[in-house]
Amino acid sequence: MTDRPTSLPDRDISARLCEQVGEAHERHAPLRIVGGDTRAFYGRPVEADPLDVAEHRGIIHYDPVELIVTARAGTPLEDLEAALAEHHQMLSFEPPRFGPQSTLGGAVASGMAGPRRPWAGATRDLVLGSRVITQQGKLLRFGGEVMKNVAGYDMSRLMTGAQGTLGVLADVSFKVLPRPAAHCDLRLAMPLDEALSRLARLGRRPLPITAAAWYDGELLLRLEGGRSSVDATRQELGGETLEPGFWQALRDLRHDFFTLSPGQSLWRLSLPPNTAPLTLDDSHSDTLYDWAGCQRFVKTSLEDEAVRRACSAVGGHATCYTPAAQGGSDSPFTPLHPVVEKHHRRLKEQLDARGIFNPGRLYAAF
Amino acid sequence: MNIQYDEAIDGALAPFAKADVLSDLQHRIPTLRLLHREEDLRPFECDGLAAYRVLPMLVAMPDNLADVETLLARCHALGVPVVTRGAGTGLSGGALPLERGVLLVMSRFQEIIDIDPDARTARLQPGVRNLAISEAAAPYGLYYAPDPSSQIACSIGGNVAENAGGVHCLKYGLTVHNVVRVEVITIEGERMSLGAEALDAPGFDLLALFNGSEGMLGVITEITVRLLPLPEVAKVLMASFDDVEKAGEAVGDIIAAGIIPGGLEMMDRLAIQAAEDFVHAGYPLDASAILLCELDGVLADVDDDCATVRGVLEKAGATEIRQARDDAERAVFWSGRKNAFPAVGRLSPDYYCMDGTIPRRELPRVLNGIAEISRESGLRVANVFHAGDGNMHPLILFDANREGELELAEDVGGRILELCVNAGGSITGEHGVGREKINQMCSQFDADEITVFHALKAAFDPKTLLNPGKNIPTLARCAEFGAMHVHHNQLPHPELPRF
Repeated sequence: MTDRPTSLPDRDISARLCEQVGEAHERHAPLRIVGGDTRAFYGRPVEADPLDVAEHRGIIHYDPVELIVTARAGTPLEDLEAALAEHHQMLSFEPPRFGPQSTLGGAVASGMAGPRRPWAGATRDLVLGSRVITQQGKLLRFGGEVMKNVAGYDMSRLMTGAQGTLGVLADVSFKVLPRPAAHCDLRLAMPLDEALSRLARLGRRPLPITAAAWYDGELLLRLEGGRSSVDATRQELGGETLEPGFWQALRDLRHDFFTLSPGQSLWRLSLPPNTAPLTLDDSHSDTLYDWAGCQRFVKTSLEDEAVRRACSAVGGHATCYTPAAQGGSDSPFTPLHPVVEKHHRRLKEQLDARGIFNPGRLYAAF
Repeated sequence: MNIQYDEAIDGALAPFAKADVLSDLQHRIPTLRLLHREEDLRPFECDGLAAYRVLPMLVAMPDNLADVETLLARCHALGVPVVTRGAGTGLSGGALPLERGVLLVMSRFQEIIDIDPDARTARLQPGVRNLAISEAAAPYGLYYAPDPSSQIACSIGGNVAENAGGVHCLKYGLTVHNVVRVEVITIEGERMSLGAEALDAPGFDLLALFNGSEGMLGVITEITVRLLPLPEVAKVLMASFDDVEKAGEAVGDIIAAGIIPGGLEMMDRLAIQAAEDFVHAGYPLDASAILLCELDGVLADVDDDCATVRGVLEKAGATEIRQARDDAERAVFWSGRKNAFPAVGRLSPDYYCMDGTIPRRELPRVLNGIAEISRESGLRVANVFHAGDGNMHPLILFDANREGELELAEDVGGRILELCVNAGGSITGEHGVGREKINQMCSQFDADEITVFHALKAAFDPKTLLNPGKNIPTLARCAEFGAMHVHHNQLPHPELPRF
């Protein structure tokens, strides 16, 4: 994390960004797209001139009644979420913030979502439209400020999670949602296997659960919804009240769990619902279960191969969050199936023929 | 009329003879059911947009994936276009056949492969009907949320291809929000899996890209959908208004009160009258507009929300508010809305259904604009509206047997869509572009944006063999037809996002 200014004025510098991209395209000169620069750990390092979008910031349009907000990519998440909170609304996918500089552009480019994701949808589910700077330095609009729109291909959702390898996000429109009227956090002492089977049973009922984690002998739940249903569910489930700030700490990887011992790497496992504890959950590793078990963070000194093999055997995938320079994997993302990879390369060739956008960020080959 | 594929503007096709293609496919895929005689091809000449009819060159009806693979690989090698068709209920001519193309009918793939109640997913073949998914999931207390009006007949493969919606989108999302994985066969005959049973997959989000891609990128052969727990209870309120504008404002007021209804639908006077006449749902015939507001979830919350919404509606000037007493009356309230299309169909020999979306705040202005176009053209327009998510379905009434009236209806439709685009909206919210709205794409997107779409397509189908002439217009087509849609190149409200 670098020391970047957080209190810049609202500005539209898209024309300058287009010019810079156009020049880079002319010169075949790769760019490293940077907002708050708080997510560099996520993905492979990019050795290239920075394209600084942090100054391209500000909310362009926010209409609480329409449930839609459009903001520039360099807008700090903190500012955007504060503006939404004034109208009792939120980005329901709960994007992680790795510092006050974390921008919405970075949130969308990385596609990372917080503890509410299994119940409220992924980042891309709430993205309605975007303006994108293409390889020729043109600012184009895809999708827009309406909830339903099936005209043309879904370029905005394709850009979400592509980590800037297909173009530069200039601004993004989101569907926003009302903040829940009532809220309550619970902790229940419970062994892992019992917690997982309990979550599977609860998941089949329409309960107001919006976060579910397990760590160190405790099932941790967040209830959000109408006052009546939150109270009733709390009554039914029992347990103690969880200390405030737990879910934010989990979202932003600040929980004590995320402190690594020497030789350990941090992995994120993404697994199908109801996957039993993996065999790598052994004495060399420690695991925190999020997303009702669908997202697991593992601290381990196991080899990349061992982690990936265990995940792919159950239909999941693993991402290494520890940068290679700090002993993590130099291929942090799970390799793609050859036919899928072929189409990734072709897409990259089509949208970034000269390889100027964050080359190698996702995979070394493109 | 955009019906016939025009090689001069839609793109040249490879030279091939029907007899050669037929014998090649018969020889190489002996197990494949192939139709080639005119009387056998006739039932496939249109989809749900029945005004558009083209006899396909051949119809292929495979029942196993190996045959699909070989068929696509052969068509790729021979340069033969392939149009994929599901249940054929689409309303934009997305499955309109090509005179010089194979129509690949996926309706024989009808198996519900697996329902996993604990993972809350269902694995489906593409020909499984939308409603059949919820019926199969019901014993587990689960259902599949997207519910397009054609859900009795439409199939999940087509739903994915069109990113189908329904009346519950505001709260539960479109198809793209409810599909976790698809299996695809590419035009080169290769299989790939997009998405995952986990909540995400590595690499680009090709799953999102394939949703709504209208059969242009690959053939979907299996779909895994997410199932939701059935809500404990659903209640519906019906509010009458003496003014459409007030009804439109009430919609915003409900959402401003922090409530996301399961369904929020609006109908105007002509639609109310047609529906009432048809199903006797008890709709108020003297109202200028009605709102149907469904609230679902846990009983206690739903009761609280009903009280809140009732207060909002009263304040917004509703002349009457009724709450369905039980599920039976709820079904009656909905029956008028769900039957609005056939009901309007009884008022007129033909009707033409539009599908524009707009920001809700633009509703009064757009409705006034539609009324004006209706007056000018002399064609009546009934408005049915997914009010919660800004998706309008103006129904243009006409008589195709009257000289020039179909063309007039199409012109009225085109002008309504331009009205939506100029209001910051989209030409299609859930029905797709297909062949029907191919020219209007030129007013929603500029040449650079359309060029990007062609680039995306080229990554999957470099020879443009999958569903050519649909979804994305060629620049030649926009040069020919696009200019007339942007009047003198002057868009009203240039400050609005015009995507």
